[in-house]
This record gives sequence, C-alpha cells and structure tokens, in this order.
Amino acid sequence: MSFWQFLQLNWSELLLLVRQHVVLVFIAILIAVVIGVPTGILLTRYRSLRGPVLGIANVMQTIPSLALFGFLIPLPFIGGIGTRTALVALVLYSLLPIIRNTVTGILGVDPNVREAAVAMGMTSGQVLRQVELPLAMGVIVTGIRVATVIAVGVTTIAAAVGAGGLGVYIFRGLRQYDNNLLLAGALSAALLALAADFFLGLLQQQFSFEAKHSVAGSTVWKLALAAAVLIVVVGGLVWWRGGGSTSAGVARVSVGSKDFTESALLAEIAAQMLEKRGVSVERRFELGGNLPHEALVNGTLDLYPEYTGTSYTAILHHTPISDPRAVYEQVKQEYASKFNIEVSQPLGFENTFAMLVRGEDARRLNLKTISDAAPQAPRWRAGFGQDFMSRADGYPGFSKAYGLKFAEVREMDLSLTYIALSSRQVDLVAGNSTEGRIATLDLFQLADDQHYFPPYEAVYLVRQDSLTRVPALQEVLAKLANGISTDEMRRLNYEIDGNKRDPKGVVKEWLAKRGL
Amino acid sequence: MSDADKALVEFQNVSFTISGTNIITELNLVVERGETLVLLGESGCGKTTTLKLVNRLFEPSAGEVRVEGKTTTAWDPIALRRRIGYVIQEGGLFPHFTIARNVGLVPALAGWEPKRIDERVQELLSLVGLEPGRFGDRYPRELSGGQRQRIGVARALAADPPLLLLDEPFGALDPLTRASLQREFGDLTKRLSKTAILVTHDVREALILARRIGLMHKGKLLLLDTPEQFLASDHQQVRAYLETLELKGGDQ
Repeated sequence: MSFWQFLQLNWSELLLLVRQHVVLVFIAILIAVVIGVPTGILLTRYRSLRGPVLGIANVMQTIPSLALFGFLIPLPFIGGIGTRTALVALVLYSLLPIIRNTVTGILGVDPNVREAAVAMGMTSGQVLRQVELPLAMGVIVTGIRVATVIAVGVTTIAAAVGAGGLGVYIFRGLRQYDNNLLLAGALSAALLALAADFFLGLLQQQFSFEAKHSVAGSTVWKLALAAAVLIVVVGGLVWWRGGGSTSAGVARVSVGSKDFTESALLAEIAAQMLEKRGVSVERRFELGGNLPHEALVNGTLDLYPEYTGTSYTAILHHTPISDPRAVYEQVKQEYASKFNIEVSQPLGFENTFAMLVRGEDARRLNLKTISDAAPQAPRWRAGFGQDFMSRADGYPGFSKAYGLKFAEVREMDLSLTYIALSSRQVDLVAGNSTEGRIATLDLFQLADDQHYFPPYEAVYLVRQDSLTRVPALQEVLAKLANGISTDEMRRLNYEIDGNKRDPKGVVKEWLAKRGL
Repeated sequence: MSDADKALVEFQNVSFTISGTNIITELNLVVERGETLVLLGESGCGKTTTLKLVNRLFEPSAGEVRVEGKTTTAWDPIALRRRIGYVIQEGGLFPHFTIARNVGLVPALAGWEPKRIDERVQELLSLVGLEPGRFGDRYPRELSGGQRQRIGVARALAADPPLLLLDEPFGALDPLTRASLQREFGDLTKRLSKTAILVTHDVREALILARRIGLMHKGKLLLLDTPEQFLASDHQQVRAYLETLELKGGDQ
C-alpha cells in the first residue's frame, strides 16, 4: 500500500490523533505558562531561590521521558495512566525553558529603563506590568516556543501511557514494522513542531522593539493573532464535540493491553464482546512495561490480558517452575489475596519466549534446540527486547541455564528484533511463540529442550469489584475459556502484522465466525 | 518659615555608604526654588548618587535629605517621585511605548483623563520643538539622539513637577546638537521658572546653565558658588577644570 493510499484510508483516524496531540500540547503549555511565568518573576525578586528552583527544573528536564512516565504511574492524584499523567509530565518538561527565559528576560531589561520607570513614580507592580514584562516578552515567548517544540516531541511518548496522540501511530508502526504508520506519525509530529515554531516565531517578532518594522509589524501581529484564535476555537470545538459523550446508567469498563499486537488483539476481543452486551468500553491499549498491572491495581483499568508465567515471575517474584497447572493455581490464589484481582480460565494457548534464528541458519547448521545452538553463541550477536533483558526469567537466568555467551548482546525494541534478525543485524532473538512474522520472515524457533521457560498461558486479569459491578464481564470471560488455540492466535497475529489489517476488523470477523 | 519656603531641597550632614565605601561624606547643600544648580565633577565623585538621594532611589546612611521641608524617608516614595521630573542620558525612554505614551506616562500614572493627557502631550512636544503630528505615533528607536533627549525632557515636565533632576542629559550628543539643546533648556527653565539640579562633567555646560555651580570631588562638596565667582576662584580643582577649557578654546 502506498503512503498516499494509506493516508486516504486512514485520514480520519490520523486527524483524531493530531487533534489529541495538539490538545495535549496546548493544555500542557498553557498550564506551564500559568505556573512558569509567575515562578520566573518570583525568582527575579528573590535571588536566593533562583539556584535551587532552576536546578530542580533542570533535573526535571534531564529525566528521560519514558522514565518520568514510569515514576508518575504509581502516584496518587497526578499519576495513573492516560491524559492526566501525560499532562503532568509534559508540564514538568515545559517548565524549565519558560521559567529560565522569564528570569533571563526580566533581568535583561536595560537597567536605565527600569530606573527611569521607578524614578517616574511607578509602583513595583506597574514597573513589572508596564515595563519589565513587555520588554521581556520577546525572550519569554522564545522560552514558550522552545517548550512547545519539545512538548510536541515528548507527546509522542505519551502514547505509552495511553494518552493517545501521534505516538500511537509511531509505536504501532514500530511494532508492526509498518512504514506507513511510522511515517504518518513521525511526519505529522514533525509538521506540528514546525508549525508551532513558525507561529510562535511570528509572535516573538512582535516583541523585538529594537528591530525597525513597526508598520509592517502590526499586520503580521494581527495575522498571528488570527491564526492563534482560529487554532484555539477550532481545537476547542473539536475537543468539545469529541469528549464527554457518556450517558449515565451505562456500565463502563476500561480495557487495557500491553504494547504488542497479541495483547492488543486479546483486549480488542474482550472489548468488542463487552460492547455487544451494551457495555461502554474505554480502550487503554498499548501500555508499556508493568503499566497495565499498576493500572489494574489502582483501578484505572478493569481488565487486561496477561500470561500466567509473567504474573508468576515478574509480578509475584517466584522462581520459574515448569508445571502449568501449579503456576495457574498459585497465580490465581495470590492475585485474589494480594490484589483483589480475579484470574480468568486459560484462553487455550501459550505465548512463551521463542528463541528464534534465521531459517537458513537452522537448516545449514542443523539446529533444532537451544542446546544445539549453544556452541554457535560466541560467534553470534543476540538482540533482546527491554522486557526480556530486565526480568529475572529473561536473559540473566536463561543464558546461565544454557551456558550461553554471545559475542554481543543488543537491547532493542521487541518489535524491531524480528526484522533485525531477518536483515542480519543480529543472529538470535527472543520473540513470542505466537508471533505472526515467524512464518513470513522464515524464522525458526529453537526448542526449549531444558524446559527453562515457565508456562505462559494466556488469561484475562480482571478486578473483582468490576466483576460484581458489570455482570457482562463474567459472561464474556466464561465464553472465552479455552476459546483460542495457538494456531488461531498465530493466524490472528499474522492478519495484523503480516497482512497489515486493522485489528478491529480482524477481531470483528473472527468473533462473527466463532459466533461469539 | 520663609527659609523652608525658599529651600526646595536641603541636604543636612548627608553621608551615603555602600558596603563599607563612602560614596557621599557629610554633604550640606540647599537648593533654592527657581534656581538651576549644576553639580560638576569627574566620574565617581558622587554627583549622580546625590541626585538619586533626592528622589529616594537611594536613602542616606546618615543625615537627612528634605524635599519641600519633609525628609525623603517620610515621603511616600511614589508620591515624591511623581513630583520630581527625572532626565537621564539618552532619555531612558521606554522602547515599547510610542513617543506620545512616553511623554504622557506620569499624567497617566496620576490618572488624568485621556483627553487631557493628549492635550498635554501636544503642548509638551511643541514646547521641546517637535511637531506632535509627526512624532507622537513613532517609537524611540525611530528618533535621533537629540530628538530622544528632547522627549526625555518633555516626559520629565509632563505633570508640571516643581523640581527637575537631570543626570548628564546632554552627554551622549554631538557637540552641535548639545550646544543647541543646552541653549533651549536654559531658556525653558527660565520661562517655566523650574528648579533644576543638573549633573555634568562638562565645565562649559555648567557655566552656560548654572545659577550656582557645586564642585564635587571624592564624595565631598568642595565649592558652591555662582559661575562668575567660580571663574574667579583660585581653588586648585577649579583651576584644573578651567585649564581644560582654555586648552579646548585654544584648539578651536
């Protein structure tokens, strides 16, 4: 599909994401200005506060954005997942340039002019409002301009906490190895940044009183103002029409997923079945790391798909064991007592870590199992997702169990590992056993001959209070028990990753075929 | 009583110290209503500080400064400053205000009606020799140095204050513009019968404008006298100043 065709098919969704993106940035910058400018003014009055406050703002900005989102998730009030968390992070990032430029701008006002203002009998408030702020405005607007451009970029990360925006396309594009999605997301974000830079640049010119363009200036000023008003009005209108459509009395359920295709598919299956039963569903898909668990525990989510092995090791911190029944029972019992979370019946398939090599290598070297591959490891480069690298049952334990020593281990995004393998960037990756691209990219799964990896049966995790609140949840979970085989799952995954189809359509079709 | 009426500004044993350094030491000085007093001295002699003690940009470390019989620390600083016109080098104009708004600033702060401010601005621009219709809507950056300086004077006169403070007002101008502005300013103060304290390091300017010259050196007032007696003085510092004048005269 050409990029042009892609845009024609998806323009309404793209516009929706652009709208979410713009609204997020706009609100965040608005809040940052309301906090930052007065703080900056305060710092010009109290010199001793300047070092500490600017220091804190500085540190804030050096925190990698994904890490900052991570810190914010567990916090009450400002944390959780969704728009609010994204806004808090965006505001924190935007504060430094705005505060710093307010301070610099005001301190940079010609001391003669300031003294003249005082000597004319202006009160300190009048000096600030009539002289210091107007003369510092050019520098302050520069700060807002810098903050806005940064915010447009950081907002793409906000998709990881379920706040939407163009990051949704970027993350999805990375995961599905779909250049159209990537391009649409990244290009739109870049254009937004350029547009913001341009309009704020026009605004900034209005405040440079040294330049000689007072006559032409007034026209540009009106133009920029008109554009700004237009953006605010249109943005506000679209936002107002988009938001707040829930009516009272309808049961609402928030369904989450992790940031890979299968998790999103399973979440979509539950979502559509719930919607068919008159439940209003809020989709919070594609959440990174442990976010879905945290969100489920703190009540932001009602349900998300999980794997028993992940819960057993990564959440409950048990040493891996190989008996699927024992793992399931243990997880079910501990989730109930520790988190008040119910574990559904297994869905019928396992998604375990799959050690993958190129098919041609497997045939040439006659590799069948991981043990077969161990002698090759010193000459191989391995590529692992962040998740696999960090968890106890991941790389550290795995390499020890099989005595593997690779020439090089690269940590990369999980969705990139398959393509990295097939394009010879790396020689072995840890993928998912239900991954659709295993067949399409001619990859080979090495058997886990020492039964190192614990069982990873797919289940839904659901809050107990949600089950009582929304009876439809029980019905849906009962219908899905043992309802999806490994083959079926692989095929569903392939429809998305291989055939680049829309997940909603694929799920709708499958549900219809299964009579669910 | 009549003495206090006659004196508009009075320095009584005023000293001013910043972090251990004496800027002004034991200054005694009376400025009479209607006179133009020129404080003459080299950079760092304390003449500008003396000026700022009058409108309470600084407060004395010892002694007191009285304006209209009331010590400056007893004045509300805002009310005090609005009764004193202040002119600095290059005018100290607000670059983001039009000329009209610059000139009308103090009346606006005092809450005059817009129409009255307008009339006053027109009057003042004419007074300093600038056409109101041509200059009112311009910005300071569009004016020459001499024009800006005129606006600075007009702004200081706007609310008709009894006292003007001028800190090297003509210092940044070329010699010809300076000479003509000095002349006009001299006429203006006489016509409006304003009291003015003017600070300069230019002895020629002092001789042209002053009714009395105060010679300052290292924070002290060495001499306070009329220009005629200043010329006749055999004080060492005075002679040094006058020699530069003769040297300049010889050159021309």
